[in-house]
Amino acid sequence: MTAPLLAISGLTKAYPGVVANDDVSLNIAGGEVHALLGENGAGKSTLVKMIYGLVKPDSGTMTLHGAPFAPGEPRAARAAGVAMVFQHFSLFDALSVAENIALGMESPPPLRDLSRRIREVSETYGLPLDPHRTVGDLSAGERQRVEILRCLLQNPRLLIMDEPTSVLTPQEVAILFQTLRKLAAEGVSILYISHKLEEIRALCDRATILRQGRNVATCNPRETTARDMAQLMVGASLDVTARPARAPGATALDITGLSLNSPNRFGTSLKNLHFTLAEGEILGIGGVAGNGQDELLAALSGELRSAPGAVRLKGRPVGALGPAGRRRLGLLTAPEERLGHAAAPDMNLIENALMTGAERERLLARGFIRWPAAQDFAARIIARFDVRTPGPDTAARALSGGNLQKFVIGREVLQRPEVLVVNQPTWGVDAAAAVAIRQALLDLAADGAAILCISQDLDELMEIADRFGALNEGRLSDIRPTHALTLQEIGLMMGGAHGMEVAHA
Amino acid sequence: MRFILPEILRGSRPSGDGGSAPCPARESAPPMKLRVEKRPQPSRRWMYLSPLLAVLVTMLAGGALFAALGKNPVEAIATIFWEPLFGEFAFYYRPQLLVKGAPLVLIAIGLSLGFRAGVWNIGAEGQYIIGALSGAGVGLAFYPLDAWFIFPLMVIAGALGGLTWGMIPGLLRVRFGTNEILVSLMLVYVAEKLLAAMALGPMKNPEGMGFPGSRNLQQYPSAHNADLIADTGMHWGVVAALIAVIFTYILLGRHVLGYHIRLTGQAPRAARFAGVNPARLVLFCLGTSGALAGLAGMFEVSGPAGQVSIDFNVGYGFTAIIVAFLGRLHPFGIALAGLLMALTYIGGEIAQSNLGLPAAAIQMFQGMLLFFLLAVDLLTNYRLRLSPGPETA
Amino acid sequence: MMDLSSISPILLLASIMAASTPILLAAIGELVVERAGVLNLGVEGMMITGAICGFAFAVNTGSPALGFLAAALGGAALSLLFALLTQFALANQVASGLALTLFGLGLSALLGQGYVGIKPPPTTRLDIPVLSDIPFLGPVLFSHDAMVYIALALVAAVWAVLKYTRAGLILRAVGENHDAAHALGYKVVRVRVLAIAFGGGCAGLGGAYLSLVRVPQWTEGMTAGAGWIALALVVFASWKAGRVLLGAWLFGGVSVLQLNLQAAGVALPVEYLSMSPYLITILVLVIMSADRSRAPGSLTRIFHASQ
Repeated sequence: MTAPLLAISGLTKAYPGVVANDDVSLNIAGGEVHALLGENGAGKSTLVKMIYGLVKPDSGTMTLHGAPFAPGEPRAARAAGVAMVFQHFSLFDALSVAENIALGMESPPPLRDLSRRIREVSETYGLPLDPHRTVGDLSAGERQRVEILRCLLQNPRLLIMDEPTSVLTPQEVAILFQTLRKLAAEGVSILYISHKLEEIRALCDRATILRQGRNVATCNPRETTARDMAQLMVGASLDVTARPARAPGATALDITGLSLNSPNRFGTSLKNLHFTLAEGEILGIGGVAGNGQDELLAALSGELRSAPGAVRLKGRPVGALGPAGRRRLGLLTAPEERLGHAAAPDMNLIENALMTGAERERLLARGFIRWPAAQDFAARIIARFDVRTPGPDTAARALSGGNLQKFVIGREVLQRPEVLVVNQPTWGVDAAAAVAIRQALLDLAADGAAILCISQDLDELMEIADRFGALNEGRLSDIRPTHALTLQEIGLMMGGAHGMEVAHA
Repeated sequence: MRFILPEILRGSRPSGDGGSAPCPARESAPPMKLRVEKRPQPSRRWMYLSPLLAVLVTMLAGGALFAALGKNPVEAIATIFWEPLFGEFAFYYRPQLLVKGAPLVLIAIGLSLGFRAGVWNIGAEGQYIIGALSGAGVGLAFYPLDAWFIFPLMVIAGALGGLTWGMIPGLLRVRFGTNEILVSLMLVYVAEKLLAAMALGPMKNPEGMGFPGSRNLQQYPSAHNADLIADTGMHWGVVAALIAVIFTYILLGRHVLGYHIRLTGQAPRAARFAGVNPARLVLFCLGTSGALAGLAGMFEVSGPAGQVSIDFNVGYGFTAIIVAFLGRLHPFGIALAGLLMALTYIGGEIAQSNLGLPAAAIQMFQGMLLFFLLAVDLLTNYRLRLSPGPETA
Repeated sequence: MMDLSSISPILLLASIMAASTPILLAAIGELVVERAGVLNLGVEGMMITGAICGFAFAVNTGSPALGFLAAALGGAALSLLFALLTQFALANQVASGLALTLFGLGLSALLGQGYVGIKPPPTTRLDIPVLSDIPFLGPVLFSHDAMVYIALALVAAVWAVLKYTRAGLILRAVGENHDAAHALGYKVVRVRVLAIAFGGGCAGLGGAYLSLVRVPQWTEGMTAGAGWIALALVVFASWKAGRVLLGAWLFGGVSVLQLNLQAAGVALPVEYLSMSPYLITILVLVIMSADRSRAPGSLTRIFHASQ
């Protein structure tokens, strides 16, 4: 048996209050595509940070090519042949592709040579890139290509990828997999972090499953069912959301010809959107980040004004109204960014409850704030949605992601909206909180509200949405009933492969 | 220049809670490392303590400065802080506290609203001057008529003048996105030139025997901003300052507009989400601070200063910035900070005459105060930790 | 009686070169600082500190060159206080910059106590042989003191470094997105402190030029807003080095022109004429901000490493 490329033995890392990794061991062979599976908070990130030199383990050893491997910083890891593509890209929007890649390299060649190499390597691996383009103008998939190329140009032996497919359409995922298989065939090992079971079963040779910091299983994904892997990941059968069937009612929200420019230099403008939303239904809008989701939410929340008739709420044109006016009429929204947009990080939960609840919960008396009423509202949100916090006067930034998200969504749900628009409602949230949030949305729809759910998580949309449409570069695809859709069709609705080609043989 | 960039839409993912944003480990570091760690909640204790600590540290540093200048540090500090309050001539100096403190507090209250909202009015000095010119102009126009309505008209004129001067950067920001810091500052220089032009030209005293400067308003009873209670230093400006403090306290704590101001400064994107109209808020803040600064100028020119002259403005508009921060942008804090700053002015003057301390030293002292306050303020939102080993959380 | 013919175009243009040098120096320094993502409003304080340091040193040593050196060091030292506040104590940049200005004004007034009314050692004009004899262009371009040429060389150097070198790339990256730069392993704080010190040094040189060459004398508050105009200049230049030069000539031109108009006896009272540089600055700011500005992405955002 050939010696493994990377051997990890007994790696442990603890932080105050939590053991992130507990005596984890695993081996990766040369040319192997190895999956690292686990729920949010299972310890995948920490393990990988230790391999990449960002974090020092408390105990345990690693060997690379048989030699002891203990990188003190990413530079050392890179020098040893370990490269990593993070989930959050480290890219500079205003600089060019070549400049971005140069910044990620130790001693880059002069820009002209580098540009030439970028063209060559990107073509070879099916990820064509123009080195002179400004990164801010690229799509999310193309930006990921820049990150991958940055790694490839340093000839890695081990390539770590952290949740790479969250920014790709299904077609682009297929192309990425071709690229990865080509790399594996050339002897490069790949450590593939994900929680998407079907993808792992399609791509990976072996899988290590982490749960609560421990390595609970190693298996061959091709021979294991998704259900078994899910069980190992979570440790128990997951609650599935309960969805009562309900016939949709009258049209609650009518969008006609909605077009507007993004105020952000690198944003996406909306182009002629048309759709309707009925009472009691959940419409899911999918699409990879950066295709106009934020702009759509802002257009619906009132932060961006449009033509009055472009947005009609129960027949009334509201396009020219601001957020306060729309709330009064029953159109509520919950943005993607928890800290800084949906909630003010340094203010406490009472003040954050006041932020959107002032009108509908009658928290103002002729302009003066009724603090006791605001406190009561905040307390109701905390109780009803099981928000773990020492009290309503805790600052928003002190809450965990999942709890804050429960608060933010709960704040809107408790105001009895006619129409609720949410953007990435369960992003970065632990599994239990995610289930609770999705159930809250379903219950709200069952009570007659109309819900628009914008999300990158296709599984989520398939689970809760009645109908589905995809946003691609600011345009909306046709809207189809969810139950009739295949993954292939969804991928095409999301815009296909955006110019990626299959890797050359 | 868009300082407060409208962070409305950033096509990328939010970082912050729970994201896997990587942080490099420190290299092999010395055994103990001073780490700066963000607190989960802003610390209440340090919110109150930091100004006090800053004052103390400034006293120490100031003392060192005075020692370097060859003066006895303890004597100097005592002269500045003790003499005016409890010394031999305190009965004279104490009213001066109100006289010097009132304009500082009045201006600082206005500035604090803007600062809380991320609206940086640095041109209060200019608004102060224009308010003075407007008020004095109205008064001089009526000379020598004696009537009850002249003073109120002057007050209104002063407020309007300052408001207008403050609205210029406001409108430019709202309409063009121009940065208000530089515009309001440029307008200070313009106002100073205007002051000189007025003092030497249209407002020059025809009976002044050719000397520059306007008629002295202290000798014009209808226009004189006299002490309400003789010799206490308490003139209408002091009353206005008191009203401003109370009004702002209620506004910030109890009224939705105050809430919106705080929200805009802390989380501009959330403020827009909440429905705050950013343009209206900017105009409100700049207009109000302009009006208050203008009022301060008007009360000053018709009271303690007495006339429009080239050197009428003494820098209250800039010192008020220090007062605003020292008072942690809170109305009661500003009231106290204003009195403290007035104390340093008066004590400084005493130290100048008694100890030969140069006037510039006091200016430096006041600058140091702001410096130390900003440095010590770190402790409100961050914890300093001495930790073993080279780790990052 | 107004006598416009008394204004000599050659002298006017020549004096524009000299008049623009102080703000050119301060602005190019501040440009580097802002490209690194930091807004230092303390330029006025650093300039005037440089003015007095330069003046005092030059008078005491008899050498203007040493004076300029001292001015650069003085400005840089003061700017390090700002760096301490904003990069280590994580204070608000706007307030810190203002504190720096107030402190610098006070410090310089204090240091300058004994130097009022003294004449500094003269800075020689470099009459470049041959070139300075060209009619018209000669006196306008080639007969200035060394500092004018140094300033121009500095602008060229900054432009080249930012565009072509790795150091310049790293600085721009830090200014665009300090989180990403940090994630890639670049020392954001170190880069910014160096940039701040450079900016301080340049501002100091600019101030010293005023007190040693332009006026040449020391008076309290002699910069009279030049530092603020330099800040506006950086905006005007859209953070591009070449345009800083154009802007400096424009502002220098305005201030020189109004002085000349004053001397020529133009009918407007002196005070209104002397308002013009400031009014023009406002106008320029409005025009520049109406066009979507391309400010560096992390400008004024506080960077805190331990995420």
